[in-house]
Amino acid sequence: MRVTQGCFSFLPDLTDDQISKQVQYCLDNGWAVSLEYTDDPHPRNTYWDMWGHPMFDIRDAKAIMGELAECRRMHGEVYIRLCAFDSTHTWESLRMSFIVQRPTNEPGFMLARHEKGGRSIGYETRAYVMEKPEGTRYS
Amino acid sequence: MSATAEKTDGATLIDLRAEFSAAGIEDFLAALDRDLVGLKPVKARIREIASLLLIERVRQRLGFTTDTPTLHMSFTGNPGTGKTTVALRMAGILKALGFIRQGQLISVTRDDLVGQYIGHTAPKTKEILKKAIGGVLFIDEAYYLYRPDNERDYGQEAIEILLQVMENQREDMVVILAGYGDRMDKFFTMNPGFRSRIAHHIDFPDYDDGELLSISETMPARQNYCFAPPARAAMQDYIARRRAQPYFSNARSIRNTLDRARLRQAGRLIAHEGPVRSEMLMEIAPEDILTSRVFKGVPDSAGPEHG
Repeated sequence: MRVTQGCFSFLPDLTDDQISKQVQYCLDNGWAVSLEYTDDPHPRNTYWDMWGHPMFDIRDAKAIMGELAECRRMHGEVYIRLCAFDSTHTWESLRMSFIVQRPTNEPGFMLARHEKGGRSIGYETRAYVMEKPEGTRYS
Repeated sequence: MSATAEKTDGATLIDLRAEFSAAGIEDFLAALDRDLVGLKPVKARIREIASLLLIERVRQRLGFTTDTPTLHMSFTGNPGTGKTTVALRMAGILKALGFIRQGQLISVTRDDLVGQYIGHTAPKTKEILKKAIGGVLFIDEAYYLYRPDNERDYGQEAIEILLQVMENQREDMVVILAGYGDRMDKFFTMNPGFRSRIAHHIDFPDYDDGELLSISETMPARQNYCFAPPARAAMQDYIARRRAQPYFSNARSIRNTLDRARLRQAGRLIAHEGPVRSEMLMEIAPEDILTSRVFKGVPDSAGPEHG
């Protein structure tokens, strides 16, 4: 099951050229681009691992694409997303975030039902890969 | 193909003048002539380089060449001769011609590139290079990167990374090395790799007294200061005397002198009894300059007290 998070996630995966153009758009707006990766695909998992610091003071997308290539080389079968942080006063938050790498095989999520008192039901989504320990989930 | 090229009898005619103005180069060169006093040989070289780059661009478009030309430069000259200022203009020209994508100027010295312990230098240099991608990396006093007396100096590591980038990422950034003439020459003989990777060597001459005087008039004019006529004569005298003293650094000395003159002017106006005319706030009087230590034969940079 294809994970859909952030911008463009209902489109086919972006090519490197397309990613580069998006990155240049972010940089031209003065946003700081950063890379994050994780092997926990749950939609409520907001704490992804950071690939280095957010890259401030970069003007050209090529520098970011170099970092992305390096991150992909080190972390092959995980999700990588690219975030653009806008430091403008009153915004001071992410403007844009999109997935730039996903594992080849995405097993998807299990829906578990918890029967509670009074026949009410609670629901839980759990990624199948989460059965395995961290670092071995997609390898 | 653009509208400036037309086909006649199978040959393609190109209007270079139109290309020139389309790139906005003429504006850059005119601004260079207008804003910077003197520096005739430098301006002539920049005009040549701009023409070369324009031809190169047209040749690329027509498919005569696909190589990115080597654009790395070295600016040599005494302190205060306008190397950084010209580098900034150069970035604009390169951007206008499309040889760099963004056109920013990242100005660094040894401290920004070289680390303090083993393994610190490479990430530090790469961080700077990342910022310079798409623009110009200006390395001031580049010879400090190389310390021949210490063979374990980390500067060597930064030099190796730089050389690699200057060769392999020529389309991504232009490196300008700057520094005093004689020390740069020594640096290049010690590091032949740099010499062969640098296409344009530009030498910045010292300003003569007349040029310095006109700099000393245009600089304060930008901040709405002007010389009283006798102050102009005092400045002329000052320049002649200051040049003979040690640590003279051309336009930078003039700027420092003017800063000190403004300091004295402020002190004089505060000490003034009664109200002052508003024009007096704009005017630098001769005594603001004549009280300088230079007139007493003491070097201007001799000590902490303001001369």
